[in-house]
Amino acid sequence: MRTSKTAVMEDVVVATPLLRAHSAEGEVRLVAAGAWTAPNAAELERLVAGFTSAGAHAASIDAAAIEQLDTYGALLLNRLSRLSQAYGQPMRLLALARKYQGLLGGVQKADIADPAVARRQNSLVGVVESLGRSVSTIAEDLVALVNMVGALGSALLIVLRHPLRFRLTSTTHHLERVGWQAVPIILLITFLIGGIIAQQGFFHFRKFGADEYVVDMVGILVLREIGVLLVAIMVAGRSGSSYTAELGSMKMREEIDALRTMGFDPVEILLLPRVIALVLGLPLLTLLGSMAALYGGGLVAWLYAGMSPDIFMQRLREAISLTHFKVGMIKAPFMALAIAVVACTEGLKVRGSAESLGRQTTASVVKAIFLVIVLDGLFASFFASVGM
Amino acid sequence: MNALPDTFAIRVRDVVVGFADHIVLDHLSLDVRKGEILGIVGGSGSGKSVLLRSIIGLLPKRQGAVEVLGVDVDTTDVGALRALERQWGVLFQQGALFSSLTALQNVQFPMRENLGLSQRLLREVALTKLAMVGLDARDGDKFPSELSGGMTKRVALARALALDPGLVFLDEPTSGLDPIAAGDFDELIRTLQQTLGLTVFMVTHDLESLRTVCDRIAALADRKVIAIGGISDMRRSSHPWLQAYFQGKRGRGLAGASTMMGA
Repeated sequence: MRTSKTAVMEDVVVATPLLRAHSAEGEVRLVAAGAWTAPNAAELERLVAGFTSAGAHAASIDAAAIEQLDTYGALLLNRLSRLSQAYGQPMRLLALARKYQGLLGGVQKADIADPAVARRQNSLVGVVESLGRSVSTIAEDLVALVNMVGALGSALLIVLRHPLRFRLTSTTHHLERVGWQAVPIILLITFLIGGIIAQQGFFHFRKFGADEYVVDMVGILVLREIGVLLVAIMVAGRSGSSYTAELGSMKMREEIDALRTMGFDPVEILLLPRVIALVLGLPLLTLLGSMAALYGGGLVAWLYAGMSPDIFMQRLREAISLTHFKVGMIKAPFMALAIAVVACTEGLKVRGSAESLGRQTTASVVKAIFLVIVLDGLFASFFASVGM
Repeated sequence: MNALPDTFAIRVRDVVVGFADHIVLDHLSLDVRKGEILGIVGGSGSGKSVLLRSIIGLLPKRQGAVEVLGVDVDTTDVGALRALERQWGVLFQQGALFSSLTALQNVQFPMRENLGLSQRLLREVALTKLAMVGLDARDGDKFPSELSGGMTKRVALARALALDPGLVFLDEPTSGLDPIAAGDFDELIRTLQQTLGLTVFMVTHDLESLRTVCDRIAALADRKVIAIGGISDMRRSSHPWLQAYFQGKRGRGLAGASTMMGA
């Protein structure tokens, strides 16, 4: 008992010790004093642990000198008396101020038993399980996408049959946001990319004296691939993400449920205008973007390679045909549809937490860009086989 | 009223708060004594929540001073303000639980950041807090989106009390609770106030809470505190809004209840 007392005494660093041990008449008595409150909780926890781990046991705790007690202090006081129950008789708690009795009672009533430790799992099983889960998630994603296409299709049919139900105001509003307001950034990016392609072309083709084929390359590349692909990726990041975030926060705040209970179809009211706006907007942006890229290419040809605009235009006219332009423009609405469907599907998958909103928005952009590129590949083989 | 300044937990002096050209609080003054439960009543849009938010520093004031626990919140330095903020707990109207943390983690959050406790004590204290507001360990593992409205309120109260603050701001704590749960909540606030010596600043619409829990009531109307005092002072007031509030159908029912209790 002597040793445990000194052990406790050594731990006490504050001027008025929070916990001391007294030995009197062959009985050890603990004296708790001072502020047993949150700021001292870490200190108190060390003291209590130090006392109990020393294997010491006291008959009673004198709590008369406790000046302040809060939940932390009450909990530790309770722990101190409870832990020593393991050594036979429980520790008596003496002279705790009346006003703190209720608090101690509340703490004692609280059920704070440690939960059952989760069963550890075989790591190989875990790997296989997570693999299986991700495969089934991919399948679920596909089903959700097809489901969304179907829902949009049926909403479109309803709107076609009852044109007055079409939400023109909403559609033009979204068209302004995803189309018109995107024009400056799309023009800037495509202009720069067109210029960069031309510069690289001139730099490398010059070695073979193939300068003038740069115009062919810029024209065909921009009209067939780069224009639409770049614009689609930009739009997926810019508008797809905002669709997902909007719909997701509406889902979180039960706005979509509210619409449904009022007898409206959220697909018709919220999703269809957004999808139509994107399907109309993306081809227009593609057109503008392609023109800006050709303009950038022409400017670089003039300033960097000294090819006069007249010659550039003439070469361009020889190199490209309406077919190349059509190939690019045909792809645009399909890519828009893919982006919009993914964005809406992911938006409706949002659950209650802010974290899931972020996760779904990320997923929306990543999946949309992936789908855009896959679509581009499919179209490439399609156009090759029909000879366009 | 020549009490020493340190008998007041909150002193609000000539505070003006407005949005654009709309003045919500006009030269409002209010004192909250240490250890009391002050209920704030007022019609919808009378600026109760605005007053609460401007005291805790979420809304800027155009004029006036707010002193909380002896610290002027406008002139003090950042360190003292942070220390002050750890001494108060706030229960927001919608709970404002962190949606990516479980209920238990929500309660643990302020402790984890401020106290440097062991995992075990952290868990025990948080579970105790949850138990105090009537929730068990199974509820603690739920995410806010899985909690009912009443449970959200309880978890939010547990979080507001996480650091055992001396001062608690409650924004409509019993709204959205059933009468029994609201009664339990009132009793809980009362018990905590007695054991922990809390000062409670409570915005409420609940006449029952006003009667059973509040030591004093401050009524907000016309951008000012129009009356402050016990429930009998409220009933005696001649202000039309207070007349309507305490002598209306529900208020009269309350009066009957309290005379019956008195008899």
